[in-house]
Amino acid sequence: MTRIYKHRLFWPVVALLALLLACTIKRPDILGISVLDGHLFGAPIDILRNSSPLLLVSLGMTLVIATRGIDLSVGAIVAISGAVALTFIASSSNPGSVGTAIGAIVVALGLCVILGAFNGLLVANFGIQPIVATLILMTAGRGVAMLITNGQITTVNSAPFSKLASGFVLGLPVAALIAYGVFAVVALVVRRTALGMLLEAVGINPEASRLAGVKSKTLVFTVYVLCGLLSGLAGLIFAANTMAADANNAGLFIELDAILAVVIGGTSLAGGKFNLAGTMIGVLIITTLTLAVTVLGISPLVTSLFKAIVVIAVTLMMSTRLRAMFGSLRDRRRYQEVGA
Amino acid sequence: MIDSTSASRAEQITVQHSQPTNPTVQMAGITVEFPGVKALDGVDFRLFPGEVHALMGENGAGKSTLIKALTGVNPIAAGTISVNGSSMRFNGPADAREHGISTVYQEVNLCTNLTVAENIMLGSEPRRFGGLDWRTMRRQAKVYLERMGLDIDPSSSLGSHSLAVQQLVAISRAMVVDAKVLILDEPTSSLDTDEVEQLFTVMRQLRDDGVAILFVSHFLDQIYAIADRITVLRNGQLVQERMKDQLPQRELVSLMIAGTSDAQVSRANERVAVTERAADAKPLLQAVGLGRKGAVQPFNLDLYPGEVIGLAGLLGSGRTELARLLYGADKADVGSIKLAGEPVKLRTPRQALGRKIAYTSEDRKGEGVIGDLTVAENIILGLQAARGWIRPLPTVKATQVVDAYIKALGVRPANPNALLKNLSGGNQQKVLLARWLATAPKLLLLDEPTRGIDIGAKTEIMNLVSELAEQGMSVVFISAELEEVLRLSDRIVVMRDHEKVAEIASTPEVDVPRLIEIIATGEEDK
Repeated sequence: MTRIYKHRLFWPVVALLALLLACTIKRPDILGISVLDGHLFGAPIDILRNSSPLLLVSLGMTLVIATRGIDLSVGAIVAISGAVALTFIASSSNPGSVGTAIGAIVVALGLCVILGAFNGLLVANFGIQPIVATLILMTAGRGVAMLITNGQITTVNSAPFSKLASGFVLGLPVAALIAYGVFAVVALVVRRTALGMLLEAVGINPEASRLAGVKSKTLVFTVYVLCGLLSGLAGLIFAANTMAADANNAGLFIELDAILAVVIGGTSLAGGKFNLAGTMIGVLIITTLTLAVTVLGISPLVTSLFKAIVVIAVTLMMSTRLRAMFGSLRDRRRYQEVGA
Repeated sequence: MIDSTSASRAEQITVQHSQPTNPTVQMAGITVEFPGVKALDGVDFRLFPGEVHALMGENGAGKSTLIKALTGVNPIAAGTISVNGSSMRFNGPADAREHGISTVYQEVNLCTNLTVAENIMLGSEPRRFGGLDWRTMRRQAKVYLERMGLDIDPSSSLGSHSLAVQQLVAISRAMVVDAKVLILDEPTSSLDTDEVEQLFTVMRQLRDDGVAILFVSHFLDQIYAIADRITVLRNGQLVQERMKDQLPQRELVSLMIAGTSDAQVSRANERVAVTERAADAKPLLQAVGLGRKGAVQPFNLDLYPGEVIGLAGLLGSGRTELARLLYGADKADVGSIKLAGEPVKLRTPRQALGRKIAYTSEDRKGEGVIGDLTVAENIILGLQAARGWIRPLPTVKATQVVDAYIKALGVRPANPNALLKNLSGGNQQKVLLARWLATAPKLLLLDEPTRGIDIGAKTEIMNLVSELAEQGMSVVFISAELEEVLRLSDRIVVMRDHEKVAEIASTPEVDVPRLIEIIATGEEDK
């Protein structure tokens, strides 16, 4: 029992369940799942689907943070990815074909890999501080997206492309299948190969890792490329959801939500040890918060305050110092009992 | 209940050694636990005013833990601390410092990018008109520096000074708060003889002023030169507390390392230097005119399999820099390296590792230990780095390697899943050695592998080096302790002012004074 209490994901999970519970009390049927036309519908499914882009971005962010870095440009990459894909479709002769959709995806993701490589180059090879290096693309990136869309919100129709967001396979939303599938694959690769350990080593002590023969530069570079690619994928899901390339608002502030999800999940911003399962729970909490705001009928005026309170509560409960304080209180009580 | 037992224990001690004055600090029944490690087990300890009290013990005996328990860095599971008769518990070094207990740690914990004056006065800065009074700060800092006999510019950046000077600055800083208790945790490990003497002068002066000084050092001569009272810990338990005059050196050593037999110690002593190698022996590595601007002047060096080359020289003489060039940790800008006769490029540690060269840095904390990874992960890191991330070391193989080295090197605690940061310095060093030995190197570059670790672990490591050389490994051994260099090496390379000045065979005629002469004059001829 005490073991569960001490697990570092205990409080995030409690927060998630508490949010869901609060919603259920307000609307008892909220967690129900119904089948319509062979597709699953309901709030839980919505949470899964709505969390998809953030999950992808947070996954990349977790790995970047593990190497002592940070990637502020993910939101801009989301915007660029969507802009490129939709502009590609809009300018093609046959917007509705599957080939065009695949072409759009490949071109967009390809560009995002290059953008990630740009970040990686600045951080790993030129030794620029990650926060500064990625700030460049964060500010410039939306400008690039504006250039691509000519400053207009391009709206296109492409049934195959929109399936990314609204389609269903095996009764589940395609977006969620992609995001959680990619998440599972990356998590598996990271923990089954030595990648996870080497990333942690680089994050904890870069110089010791270099002297131990770890190719830290290559690793750090790769992680930024991966983060760019995952953000690009998130951008495609965003774009497919609205089918409008909005250079200004697509993925706006998603970098902050992603960093938050990583922190809630118990990965330290100081780098080193990282926790992918924690990041997933962090993403679910943030997405559920948005749902809870609607369900609980919280006024839009205090929405941010409500979010902030939940986040503060979770991070405080996870703080090692606070836990040590509680721990010493408990221990003292125990000694008193022994003494008596 | 706990309180009454520890009180009775404390009484026993007081009966054993009656003392006119009351102790400034009295610790009783101190127990400290880490996950998987019981670092201290019911230890009693006292500090009297006007005394230098040496805390002795092997690595992992609990010296640092006891200090951290006193200053509140480590939480205490059981036991009491009283300062000047009243019961106390500090929240951390800053809290302890406010109550007159100042600590100077083994590794210099200062801000190298701030000035010397700022480092000394940090936390007690003189203020004027709501801002900092820089001029007074510099003047006051100068006074503290002069007390230490240090003639350096208070407005110079701390990082521009040698490690030794930084250490003395750290001690100056400790004195700013008018400390009643001064804790010196291995302050001398990076100081040369003159600097140690300088430090001792200051320590004696402070002692005569009534300061209680807790002194930790691995140098027996220093202990006997400065200490009044000695407490010996072993495996987290108190062995004995005695006045120095009643504890002969030999007995002290045996108290510290019960279990290390004399045979083991003498074997290291008896290593016979191989001064003549077989006529057909081919060098494993040849450095030809290798050098790096500002680090090492171009030098030639041949390393043979089965030979131990000792690198002797003062701090900052280029010993470390030479080793780093051979490992590719720094890039050479002139010269070339031949490995088994073939020219090779060693530009990164990774390349050197691929050529079966291994290097342990002198900066264990900064360049070796990956504290938040486990012992097992730290050991397999080198092997794994050589394989690349995509091919993980099979679990069975990893477990085998880890268990074998933990056993062979006697890592304590023998728990592969303990975080490396929770181990003592000597055991961390063993884990780092294991990391390199696991890669089966042909050339092992050891930079101060014995610094800051106790006699037991030192002996173990030196025996290991001998064995490795016997098995045909080529070893470069760097140490500030000339006896160690003489004892282990077949040949000795002397460094002076970033230059290789001599290379001599370690014949019986070569002794410490002779080596010192070469280091001092840079001349090989008698």
